[in-house]
Amino acid sequence: MTEPVLRTETLSKRFGGLAAVSDVALDLRHGEVHAVIGPNGAGKTTLINLLSGDLAPSSGSILFEGREIAGLAADRIARLGIARSFQRTTIFRDFSAFENCRLAAQARLPTSMRFVRPALSQRAVSDAARRVLALVGLEAAAERRASALSHGEQRQLEIAMTLATKPKVLLLDEPLAGMGAEESRHIVALIAALAERHAVLLVEHDMDAVFSIARRLTVMVNGRVLESGTPEAIRESAAVQEAYLGGAEPQP
Amino acid sequence: MRRALLLLGAAALALFPLVGGAFYLQLLAKIMLMAVFAMSLDLLMGFTGLVSLGHAAFFGIGAYALYLLSPEYDAADFWVSAPIAISAATLAALAIGVLVLRTSGVYFIMATLAFAQMFFYFATGSKLLGGSDGVSINVRPNPAILGWTPFDLGNRVQFYYVALAAMLATYLLLRMVLRSLFGHAIQGIRASEQRMRALGYPVFRYKLAAFAIAGALAGLAGYLSAAQYGSVNPEFFGWQMSGTVLMMVILGGIGTLYGPILGAFGLTLLQELLTELTKHWLLPMGVFIILAVLLLPQGIGGLGLAWRSPRPEPVDD
Repeated sequence: MTEPVLRTETLSKRFGGLAAVSDVALDLRHGEVHAVIGPNGAGKTTLINLLSGDLAPSSGSILFEGREIAGLAADRIARLGIARSFQRTTIFRDFSAFENCRLAAQARLPTSMRFVRPALSQRAVSDAARRVLALVGLEAAAERRASALSHGEQRQLEIAMTLATKPKVLLLDEPLAGMGAEESRHIVALIAALAERHAVLLVEHDMDAVFSIARRLTVMVNGRVLESGTPEAIRESAAVQEAYLGGAEPQP
Repeated sequence: MRRALLLLGAAALALFPLVGGAFYLQLLAKIMLMAVFAMSLDLLMGFTGLVSLGHAAFFGIGAYALYLLSPEYDAADFWVSAPIAISAATLAALAIGVLVLRTSGVYFIMATLAFAQMFFYFATGSKLLGGSDGVSINVRPNPAILGWTPFDLGNRVQFYYVALAAMLATYLLLRMVLRSLFGHAIQGIRASEQRMRALGYPVFRYKLAAFAIAGALAGLAGYLSAAQYGSVNPEFFGWQMSGTVLMMVILGGIGTLYGPILGAFGLTLLQELLTELTKHWLLPMGVFIILAVLLLPQGIGGLGLAWRSPRPEPVDD
């Protein structure tokens, strides 16, 4: 088995007295989708925020390719190759879909402290933007304003933006939220395809989607890892059934 | 269409000295320097998303720098004093920027205002800077190069053309910057700082660079304003100055480069007109500004003109 790309040990985040994430050990390997599921308030989004650097952990460690990254600023972590999408679509709404991806691809340059040459004349950056738009199937919408795209297209655009930064790790926070069945199928297929060349951490409530593409699942409840394993093992786990799948009502 | 209108405007300004009297030459030169100042503020407000209410700090530094560099009865060398004045404003912007850019929103507005007020009170209380009466620059800076004098800042017509050149150069410079990688990055910050950070942009550094560029251009405007009238006083640092230039940006059209120019002309000419008509000119002025903000949310630049279409790209001219 390959070495994990991203690994956490005893990772914790406390907000005052509330332990949002406690003692989480998790690993993420190249070429797999690792899904994190759990009821609302389980700490899934907080976990992503810790991994992306949007929040600093209270304790514990995050190792990326063997290197400690806990506490690094979000932009440093992004440049190392960990890209994220947000639960609430976070795109440049007033820019075209193309410019959204172009700015994302531009982030790959060593610096943007370049004041003279027009940004649009940087052919390699623009080409990279067009490639990721095509990858998610938005090439026809390239010149449209992002705010004019449908909800599903905006989610696709955000995934395209994360891809434009050429990450090794993708952290996807409920990419299917609010999507129609058709759009969902498209994104699920896209994530499955991306997993071949990335390590994907997927937080998602759509259980059909999760069980169809995740190679491993981690179930979180109240900030703790309840169970971790293959989809089959999770499905059969008595603890999970009790806490989440069977006993408590699964999330829509 | 937009380019044609801009060229037409530039040509009209270039030909104006053929017909304009001394008073109007001086007034328009002053307006064009305010346009430089307003464009520099719009780089922060309209393109980086940083609303500063203390931009006069850098305007005043440029102005007082000229005074400090001018010998009492002799001219300062233009080619030495102007770069030093601009550098001083830039360095001040870097130093202040490091502090104020840690805040955002209304706190940023208050922090920038506080710094400008510090300069205001320092100038008011400082003997070296002439206190509240201000200081005089007795001899205009001299741009002679090896005995050859390309222009004379004491000559009204020539000063007018220097001001026009400064305005056009600022416009072209900022247009270039806004189209560059840097320009796209700061406009991304304005649109979504969170997204930019998640993409890997060190947001603080880009904001600081924008703040420094804006400070440099405000310093240039202040330097030339001091050279125009030969006097500098603490009002150069005043919050009214910061407020006036902010109003010019909003009135003309925030987030465009021609907007601040239109705003500088509109606001100053209106003020001239109203002071001619009544000594209670502030009242109609206030009414006008309220109406303008209500009726023209995109400023004068958006005045029913089809060419001001929404901007799907962060490019601007």
